[in-house]
Amino acid sequence: MGATLIEKLIRHRTGNESAKAGDIVTVRADRVMVHDIFIPFVKDKFEEMGFQKIWDPEKMVLIYDHLVPASQVDDTRHFRIGDEFAERYGLTHVHRSDGVCHQLMTEKGYVKPGDIVFGTDSHTTTYGCVGAFSTGIGYTEMASVLGTGKLWLRVPETIRVNINGTLPKNVQSKDVILRILGDLKSDGATYKSLEFAGDTVERMSVASRMTMSNMAVECGAKCGLFAPDEKTAAYCGITLDDFQQSLYGDDDAVYEKVLDYRAEDFVPVMACPSQVDKIRPISDLVGTKIDQVFIGSCTNGRLEDLAAAASVLKGQKVAPFVKLIVTPASKQIYQDAMKAGYVETLMEAGAMITHPGCGLCCGRAGGILTDDEVVVATNNRNFLGRMGTSKVQIYLASPLAAASCAVAGEIVEPC
Amino acid sequence: MGMTIAEKIIANAAGKGVVGAGEIHTVALDYLMSNDGTTHLTIDMYQKLRHPRIADTKKLVWIVDHNVPCDSPKTAASQKKMRDFAKDHGIDFYEGDGICHQIMAEKYVSPGMMIFGADSHTCTYGALGAFGTGVGCTDYLYGMVTGTSWVMVPETLQFRLHGKLGHGATARDLILTIIGQIGANGANYKAMEFTGDGLATLSMSDRLSICNLCVEAGAKTALMETDAVTLEYLKEHGSREVKAAYTSDPDAVFAKVYEIDLDQIVPVVARPHFVDSVVPTTESKGTRINEAFLGSCNNGRIEDLRLGAEIVKGRKVAPHVRFLVVPASRDVYLEALKEGLLQTFLDAGAIVMNPNCSVCWGSCQGVIGEGEVLISTGTRNFKGRAGDKNSFVYLGSAATVAASAIKGAIAGPEDL
Amino acid sequence: MERTFSGRVWVLGDDIDTDIIMPTEYLALKSIENMKPYAFSPLRTDLAGQIQPGDILVAGKNFGCGSSREQAPEVIKALGVSAIIAKSYARIFFRNSINNGLLLIENADLPDLVQEGDTVEVEVGKEVVYQGKSYPTAPLPQNLLDILEAGGLVKAMQKLNGIKQKGEADGRDTD
Repeated sequence: MGATLIEKLIRHRTGNESAKAGDIVTVRADRVMVHDIFIPFVKDKFEEMGFQKIWDPEKMVLIYDHLVPASQVDDTRHFRIGDEFAERYGLTHVHRSDGVCHQLMTEKGYVKPGDIVFGTDSHTTTYGCVGAFSTGIGYTEMASVLGTGKLWLRVPETIRVNINGTLPKNVQSKDVILRILGDLKSDGATYKSLEFAGDTVERMSVASRMTMSNMAVECGAKCGLFAPDEKTAAYCGITLDDFQQSLYGDDDAVYEKVLDYRAEDFVPVMACPSQVDKIRPISDLVGTKIDQVFIGSCTNGRLEDLAAAASVLKGQKVAPFVKLIVTPASKQIYQDAMKAGYVETLMEAGAMITHPGCGLCCGRAGGILTDDEVVVATNNRNFLGRMGTSKVQIYLASPLAAASCAVAGEIVEPC
Repeated sequence: MGMTIAEKIIANAAGKGVVGAGEIHTVALDYLMSNDGTTHLTIDMYQKLRHPRIADTKKLVWIVDHNVPCDSPKTAASQKKMRDFAKDHGIDFYEGDGICHQIMAEKYVSPGMMIFGADSHTCTYGALGAFGTGVGCTDYLYGMVTGTSWVMVPETLQFRLHGKLGHGATARDLILTIIGQIGANGANYKAMEFTGDGLATLSMSDRLSICNLCVEAGAKTALMETDAVTLEYLKEHGSREVKAAYTSDPDAVFAKVYEIDLDQIVPVVARPHFVDSVVPTTESKGTRINEAFLGSCNNGRIEDLRLGAEIVKGRKVAPHVRFLVVPASRDVYLEALKEGLLQTFLDAGAIVMNPNCSVCWGSCQGVIGEGEVLISTGTRNFKGRAGDKNSFVYLGSAATVAASAIKGAIAGPEDL
Repeated sequence: MERTFSGRVWVLGDDIDTDIIMPTEYLALKSIENMKPYAFSPLRTDLAGQIQPGDILVAGKNFGCGSSREQAPEVIKALGVSAIIAKSYARIFFRNSINNGLLLIENADLPDLVQEGDTVEVEVGKEVVYQGKSYPTAPLPQNLLDILEAGGLVKAMQKLNGIKQKGEADGRDTD
């Protein structure tokens, strides 16, 4: 009988050829990522546990992104503690202002297909875009992984999502994952692995896949996986080995559920306030006045997202009294967007472009709103109070839709 | 008897032939600029008026620049109040386009104008021969409702500039040196006027930087003559008309005249926690820094970015330093983008932010923590200005800041 | 860990996310103690001040969804909450709670029945009793119980690293 992608990955990595969904196994981490918000806590727990050294300092990546630039007086304490930790334990991979952690983990080559990666952030599921098993953990568990290099986990059941056909022109991978979240609901894949397959996702860029893996956690999934292919290999700058090539879900594997979608059936959608699974077609929302648009985050702050926004905003102006805030996901993306002319286009249209980082998505600065304001955003969460007061209305959308709304000053369907 | 530039502008705005220092006159205002630091308070007061009215909405310019993008529900509410009011009343409104004084210089200010701004650094406009002065909300509201205000004609301190800057010194080093010399209250209530053959050697960017900082010596306003540099700047920025180009009369009365040899000026820093605690940079070299800031209405123009970029090009910011580069306006950003300066800063490891007041305002973007040291091209180094009350701000030129960011400690370009 | 206890309940809804439990704005405060007043503030600003030690939180499905912030279970524990009873939990929150020794109880029916201010009795790994009726609860897997019994993952790791716990006899001293 066949195996799911996650079963194949765990079997190979544990040497336990019979590992299957439901089994509890212990795995070794290939990489771990800690970001600035949690480093003081990781450090405290790590030292409290009595560890003297990191099992393999080369495997840890420390990234400052949530607090860059600092917006509260105590924020820089996190940088100081991070810098001290890096020096004491001999870290070689520290990024202080290079962008959002999840973007850097894939972009800088820290993650390869078949890897097992843990991060102190729920959106660590992102690396499933290259066929890595990656998931978010808390800082106490991270401290134990830093000491031992190992973590227990339950091999998850898999929900397979097949998408075949050609997506409509105004539909992006963000619309696809939002629709799936709406169907599965916010707890529909809790503890489970989502496995995306079909010719539609095969044609998607790694960046587009990243959006989907990133948001897998929004239906509770432990991971959101894509089979590595030539695009993955090119993105990672590698040639896939036999193990990596074997990483796809067998058709005769045991899936808890299989969802089949026709790409042609997708339409532009938004997640309405204040649940990620409250999905409605944009056509139902047209005419809703907006105050702000945010394009950025580890979900949708990549070059193709800025290109989509620039294509809409070229020669146009952001609607009067509406703010458009653009926060590229990484410095590399920011610079590539400068070279491609997107930055100029966006600035001429009236956007505010901030330095790469989590920005508004993590709700500490970068465009906080107040009561009764409405924002269309390309990030991953629209929870109550996430971007200001609990009376802020957050709609999640694709970059294409978000940019279109910025020009119109109200919710419109992208063309 | 002759008049100073300040007297001439007030006389014109008051409709009088001659005015003299110490007199109080009612003047017509050409513009009233206000930003998100206090506009919400002005609106609150306006709405409590029995007969609220605006004399001329075309005279109002409102600019959101202090907390941009917004950093808290509280500032978001203040900004929303400002935005909604501007929208309802048809007031010129800018948000995210840059720092108020830079936008005013680029788009509104003309020689001879009388301008009130609800911000102390409104004296910047003297670089363009306009009488700009900072006022509080109550004065602003009165101006908004009546289109006029009262002013006491200030005495003038005249600074005669001679020669040319050298030794790696910039206009910022010049004005810091002057403030160090006359003290933080050395020009209280007075106008600081700059003239002399040396003025012609200074670009508009230099002049804006000089006039901007005059409030740090207590000046009510700063003024410069209108010359070819002024006219060229106006031509390049929307071909604005000159309202009235003034120079002080030879027999004008000055409270004091200072002769300044530009070639004697050396790079300086203002040490914590006073703008007039000025010493040659050489005396502070080696002081370890945590953050460097290149930006603000004082030093965030294209010339400053060029100077900074030239120094960091091909080098890396010290690992422990956060280097914030913040263009003063959208136009400055776009020009820096075209010239490749932003790419240079990013390559070096800088944080390049959207145009705004940033850490010069010190309440959000780039705030520094307890015990940390910032070297800044901002306007002030008061205790706690940039973050924690136990932090330290040094003010220096764009060159000093850029060099320090690379070195990780206060340094000049010659130390790299 | 007490095996049986009772407590007054606070009732919350479905999908209580970690941004509600501890908003990002306060995540970089210096300690969990400093964060306590802001717990649940986007939803109920007064709740953190009202919760008394020993109280029990009752919620619907998917409690703790959202981010990996461990401040969420830590702050709940710091408020003195003895247990959470919910229809289901999000994955990371579940692990984080166990690692911090915060007891999570899953029950599908009870959350729809209890009223705020009611009292329920808990017997760990067996049942919750409400108004004289028993609602059975599933026991936790052994590896998780071990962590809970050790007092959380930090203590479990201290044991691994040979660090003696307070009150634990040091064999060498008795020689």
